[in-house]
Amino acid sequence: MTLLATKNISIGFPSRHGMFVAVKDVSFSVEPGEILGIVGESGAGKSTVGNAIISLLQPPGKVISGEVWFNSKRIDNLSVEQKRRLRGKKIGMIFQDPQTSLDPLKTIKQQLVETIDLHLRLGRKGSEKRAIELLEQVGIPDPQLRMHHYPHQFSGGMRQRVVIALALCGEPELIIADEPTTALDVSVQKQILDLMRKLCIEKNVGMILVTHDMGVIAEVTDRVAVMYNSKLMEIGDTKQILGNPQHPYTQSLISAIPRPDKRIERFPLVTYIEDVIEPQDEFDLSSHWLGQSRDFSMQVEEDGTILQVKDLCMRFQISNSIFKSKRRYLDAVKMVNFSIKEGETFGIVGESGSGKSTIARMVTGLYQPYSGAVHFLGKEISAINHTPEVLAYRRQMQMVFQDPFSSLNARMRVMDIVAEPILFHKLAASKEEAQHIVLDLLKLVGMADDAYTKYPHQFSGGQRQRISIARALATRPRFLICDEPTSALDVSVQAQILNLLKDLQQELNLTMMFISHDLPVIRQMCDRVAVMQHGQILELAETEQLFSEPQHNYSKHLLSLMPKLDMITERPITVTAQAVQG
Amino acid sequence: MFSFLVKRLLQSIVVLIAVALIAFSLFKFVGDPINNMVGQDTTLDEREALRERLGLNDPFPIQFYHFITDAAVGDFGISYRHKIPVSDLIAERAPATLELSIISALLSVFIGIPMGVYTAIHRKGFISRSFMTLSLVGISLPTFLIGILFIFLFGVILRWLPTFGRGEVVAIGWWTTGLLTWSGIKSLILPSITLALFQMTLIMRLVRTEMLEVLCTDYVKFARARGLKENAVNFGHALKNTLIPVITIIGLQLGLVMAFAIITETVFQWPGMGMLFIQSIEEVDVPVMAAYLMMISLIFVGINLLVDILYAYVDPRLTIDGGSKHG
Repeated sequence: MTLLATKNISIGFPSRHGMFVAVKDVSFSVEPGEILGIVGESGAGKSTVGNAIISLLQPPGKVISGEVWFNSKRIDNLSVEQKRRLRGKKIGMIFQDPQTSLDPLKTIKQQLVETIDLHLRLGRKGSEKRAIELLEQVGIPDPQLRMHHYPHQFSGGMRQRVVIALALCGEPELIIADEPTTALDVSVQKQILDLMRKLCIEKNVGMILVTHDMGVIAEVTDRVAVMYNSKLMEIGDTKQILGNPQHPYTQSLISAIPRPDKRIERFPLVTYIEDVIEPQDEFDLSSHWLGQSRDFSMQVEEDGTILQVKDLCMRFQISNSIFKSKRRYLDAVKMVNFSIKEGETFGIVGESGSGKSTIARMVTGLYQPYSGAVHFLGKEISAINHTPEVLAYRRQMQMVFQDPFSSLNARMRVMDIVAEPILFHKLAASKEEAQHIVLDLLKLVGMADDAYTKYPHQFSGGQRQRISIARALATRPRFLICDEPTSALDVSVQAQILNLLKDLQQELNLTMMFISHDLPVIRQMCDRVAVMQHGQILELAETEQLFSEPQHNYSKHLLSLMPKLDMITERPITVTAQAVQG
Repeated sequence: MFSFLVKRLLQSIVVLIAVALIAFSLFKFVGDPINNMVGQDTTLDEREALRERLGLNDPFPIQFYHFITDAAVGDFGISYRHKIPVSDLIAERAPATLELSIISALLSVFIGIPMGVYTAIHRKGFISRSFMTLSLVGISLPTFLIGILFIFLFGVILRWLPTFGRGEVVAIGWWTTGLLTWSGIKSLILPSITLALFQMTLIMRLVRTEMLEVLCTDYVKFARARGLKENAVNFGHALKNTLIPVITIIGLQLGLVMAFAIITETVFQWPGMGMLFIQSIEEVDVPVMAAYLMMISLIFVGINLLVDILYAYVDPRLTIDGGSKHG
C-alpha cells in the first residue's frame, strides 16, 4: 500500500509582484520501508516539497493546487490542528544542521520526554525509559548519563543522532530528511546514512531524503526524483537514473560530478542550465595586464620550491588560568612539513578540525605560528610578519575563502572590492587605470559586463566566488590558496569554478594550495596531496598514487568512505557531448 | 563559577574606585569646602586651623585614602546645607526612590515582556499593531512631558489621583512605605507609570524583535515538526531563548530607572534621592553629590554582577567548565 503520494502539487509564494511558484506539478509516491531521494540544486524547490508535506511551509507559502495523500487519506486540506497532530506522530522530519536543530537551553532528556509524552502518553517514568531506548537505538553510548547533557556538549554527528531520536519519538510512518548529512564530515555522514537505512528497514518506515549530493543518493536511496527549476525532471530507480538517465538535465548534472575513480582534464559543465555563461574569449596572456606586469623580481629557490613549511605548530589556548599548569591548550597543527614547487597544485585533505584551514591561515600570516617557519620565495615570512617588508611577499600570495557570502564586504560595490588590493599595493598609477584592470579581471573570471556597479548580495554563490577569485588575482599573485572554494556551491557551479581555476593556473603558471574535504575534487585538481588528521600530516603522496595505493590506514579509511558512484561509471561518457548539442 | 565570580568582583571594585576618584575630585575642585562651612567673619588663621584639623592640608592620596575608607563604611561626611550626616539624609530619602523605581521596574518587566511576546506571535493582528503604534509614543515622548500630561489629565481634569508627594506613609523601623495606605498607593500610580513607560515600550520592542528572530530558528521549526503544540513551542522553547539577550538590557535599564528617577521625582515633587540630588546641585552640597554618585555606581555594578550570574544560570553554554565537547 502506498504510504504517501503527491498528486500534481504546486506550491506558491504570493508576493507584491504576483505569485512566485516554487514547485510546479510534482507527483511522486513513497512506499513503506522505501527511501526516495529528491535531488536538485539550490533553488530547485526540493526542500519546499518536503516542507509542504509536513505543512511547515514558511508563510505566506501555500499549496495552490494538487493533493497530498497519506495512508489513503487526503491530508493537504486538513485543519491546522489536525495537521499538527500528524506532525511527529505520523510524519517526522530531520533538518540539515544539527548544530541549530536542538533547543540550546534544554537537556536532551527534557526535549525527548516532552515529545514522547505528547505522542505516546507514557507519563514521566515511561517516557524517560523510552528516551533511553531511543538513544540506544540511534547509537548514543551511555544514554542514561548522556541524556542529562545539553546539546552543546555533543559533537555534530552525535547531535544529528539525537535529532533522529527526536524525530522517532512519535513512531512516525514517514520521515522527511532535509539534507541530513550536509553539515557533517564524510566519516560521520557514512554512519548517519547507515543508521537511517537501518531504521527504515527495521521499522518499515518510509523516507524522503532531500539532498543535493549525488553520492548520498547513490549510497542509500531506492528510488530518486530529480528536480530542476521547480519541476520534476525524472523519477525512477536509483540505479537506472544514475546509470542511464533519460532527461538531458539529469545527464549533464551527473556528468558534472567530480569523479572519484579517475582523473579527467576538465569538468563537463551542466549545460542544461538556462542562464549559462557565454564561452569566454580567447585569453592572450602576453597582451594582458595580468601577464604584462607580473613581478618576477623575487626568485623561487633553485629547485623550484616556492613555499616551504618547516616544523609548523599552532596551539590555541582553550581555557585560561592564572596558574600555568592549569591552562589547557589545543594543538591544532603539530610539526607539519611540506614544500610546494612553482606551478604545482598541492592539496590538503582531512575532516573538519584536522587543522587544514589553520595551516592556510598561518601561511598567509593571518595567524602567527606558535613555532616553526614558513619560507616563501626564499624568505622566512613568518619571521617578518607585521613588518612593512612582508607586504611585497603578501602581494604574491592570495587566498580564496570558503564562504562566498561572508568573505565579500556587503557594503562595497564589486568595483571597490576588486580594486581595493590594487590600490593598496599601488599596482596602478591612477584610479582610472585600476578600474580598467578591474573590468578586465571581472571579464577574465566570466562575469557580466555590468557586474562592477553592483553589490555582492545581487549575485549568486557561484558568481560571488568568481568575484572572490578576481579579487585574489588583482595583486597578480604567483601563489593562490583556495580554502574549500567550492564546498558551499552546487555541483554545476562547482564545475565552472574548478574549470576556471584550472584555466587560470595554466595561463598564469599559478601555484595553488588547495584545501578540501572532498576527495573527488582533490583528485581532479591536485598534483600532490597531504592527508591530515588531528593536526598532523599522515601521508603525503602524488595524487594518483594516493588514490590507487594509499599507504596509511587513515588514508585508506577516508578513501573507503567516498560515496560509491559505480552506477554512474557504467555509463559511457559520450552522453555529455549529446547533451551539449541537445 | 567561583573564579568567575571573584574575577567579576575584582573588576567591580576597580570600577567603584574609579568612580570614587571622580566623586572625590568634586571636593577638591568644585569650590573650597572651608568657604562653604564657615561664616564670613572667620579669620584667615581660624580657617587655616580648621583646614589643618580637617586634614585638608594632607597630600591628595592620603585624603583620598581617608575618603575611601570612610565611604566603605557608609560615612560620607556632613551635608553642607542640612548640617546632618549625608548617610542619614540618604537613608531618609532612599525608601521613596527605591519604592518608586522598583514598582516601575516591575511594571515595565511584567507588562513589557508579555506585550512583546504577544506582538511577536500575533504579528499581523490588530491589537499588536495598535501596541506597536502606541509604543512609538512611549519611546519618543520625553518623560517630563508624559508626567505633565498625566498630571493635567488625571489630576487637573479628572481629579482622580494626587499629583505630588507620597501621600500618607507608614514607618517600619527606618524604612517608610507608602504601600500600606490608600493615599500612598494612589500617589504612586502616576509617577511609577510615567517612569515605567519608556522602559516598558523599550522592553516590549526588544522582546518582540528577539522573539521574531528566535521563531525563525531551526530548533523552533524542529519543535513544530515534532508536533508540539503552539503554546509549548512559543513558551517552552522560544521564550527562554528570547530572554537571554534581553536580560542584559533589562539589567542596564533597571539601573537607569533608579539613577534617573530624577526627572520624574521633580515633576511629581517626589521626596526621593533624585530630588535630594537636584537640590544639592543647586546648593553645591558636595558631600551629598559625591555620596549619590557612589551609591548609583554601586547599584549599577551590583545589577551588572547579578545579570552575569543570572546569565550563567539561564544559559548552560556559559557555565565555565560545562563547555567541553565530547562524544
